[in-house]
Amino acid sequence: MSDLKTLATVWLDGCSGCHMSLLDMDERLVELSSQFTLVYSPLVDRKTFPDRVDVTLVEGAVASEDDLKKIRKIREHTRVLVSLGDCALTGNVSAMRNMCGVQPVMLRVYEQNVVQPQVPTVGVPALLNRVRPVHEVVPVDVFVPGCPPSADTIYQVLSELLAGKVPTLEGVAHFG
Amino acid sequence: MSAEPNVRTLTINGEEISARSDQSILEAAREHNVEIPTLCHLEGLSEVGACRLCLVEVKGARRLLPACVTQVAEGMEVTTHSPKIDRYRTMILEMYFAERNHVCSVCVANGNCELQDLSLKLGMTHVEIPYQYPQLPVDASHPRFTVDHNRCVLCTRCVRVCSEIEGANTWGVMGRGAQSLVITDLKQPWGDSETCTSCGKCVQVCPTGALFEKTSVGNKTRKHPEFLPYLRIMREGEQP
Repeated sequence: MSDLKTLATVWLDGCSGCHMSLLDMDERLVELSSQFTLVYSPLVDRKTFPDRVDVTLVEGAVASEDDLKKIRKIREHTRVLVSLGDCALTGNVSAMRNMCGVQPVMLRVYEQNVVQPQVPTVGVPALLNRVRPVHEVVPVDVFVPGCPPSADTIYQVLSELLAGKVPTLEGVAHFG
Repeated sequence: MSAEPNVRTLTINGEEISARSDQSILEAAREHNVEIPTLCHLEGLSEVGACRLCLVEVKGARRLLPACVTQVAEGMEVTTHSPKIDRYRTMILEMYFAERNHVCSVCVANGNCELQDLSLKLGMTHVEIPYQYPQLPVDASHPRFTVDHNRCVLCTRCVRVCSEIEGANTWGVMGRGAQSLVITDLKQPWGDSETCTSCGKCVQVCPTGALFEKTSVGNKTRKHPEFLPYLRIMREGEQP
């Protein structure tokens, strides 16, 4: 687990709250940035996922064809995959549409009570009928519960990874 | 006069202890500061052994036994924690989360939930069992309270408190297995119930956000199930 140098963060179907919590580490970000290089993230400009990343934090559930494609590619090119937050871990709010399936949701949002009803199909990825937690799709190495996980929790995870340990949040953090 | 002695000697995790013959393993263990996780158990209510989290190993028994409904016996050898028991308990907890729609982040009980607390205590960080996402009703017909079946763990505390303490018998259970539902009267809307006294005891004893007061906004509401033993003592004091 030693020699972790590159870090990526990914935003799938979530609210970005986990990324806000990441930024909430405040000055500790400076300390971490001297040890990690952020190579891919909604916070940096790179458009394609690098070939080799040491640690990737995934926020959000797998909800669309695009998420599915992304997470498979990310897993392939990541050494330590971290599920960050309840959406990645449980589906959370993103998965609440699983109780009725995707069609009734599309109908409600884009057709009922809308002036010009139309379901968008161009330039947007198709939604999966069932939203799934990340570990139902690809193997996950570290699970970080919380909605969002606190800045302290994220700091603990990153520090332990840097120290060459596999962090476990058992007995430390819970859903919600 | 009974010739049988009232005291039983048994071992819990290798430690020899004495207990009254009418005590359960759970009572005896807690009296000796041995922690066994529980969810359906509540001080002041009868035991039903519904949640299975208090399963323990008893030497000679072919299966794990629920500590809350197993009486102590002379020479009993009880193990409350082992890798096998811990694995089963986590699995049971995962089943609770997977069986219905427990979305902690948007729940009124977030931060005050016994199911959530247990996941922390038992070290459960994620659920390996596939989520079921059943379609379940929410009944908000009562003027003060709501029942959200998505968050119900079928512990039957509401059923027991309504029957044993309030004496109204409004709550019951219908269906079997994962399809079971707690119901008011003959599955009538709670607001139409003629037996419900609106005392709110069911809400106070509910371990999750399944039963909540409509005034609960966000997740700042604490429940107070600790009133039960006092109520019991007061009532017993009234008996001739």
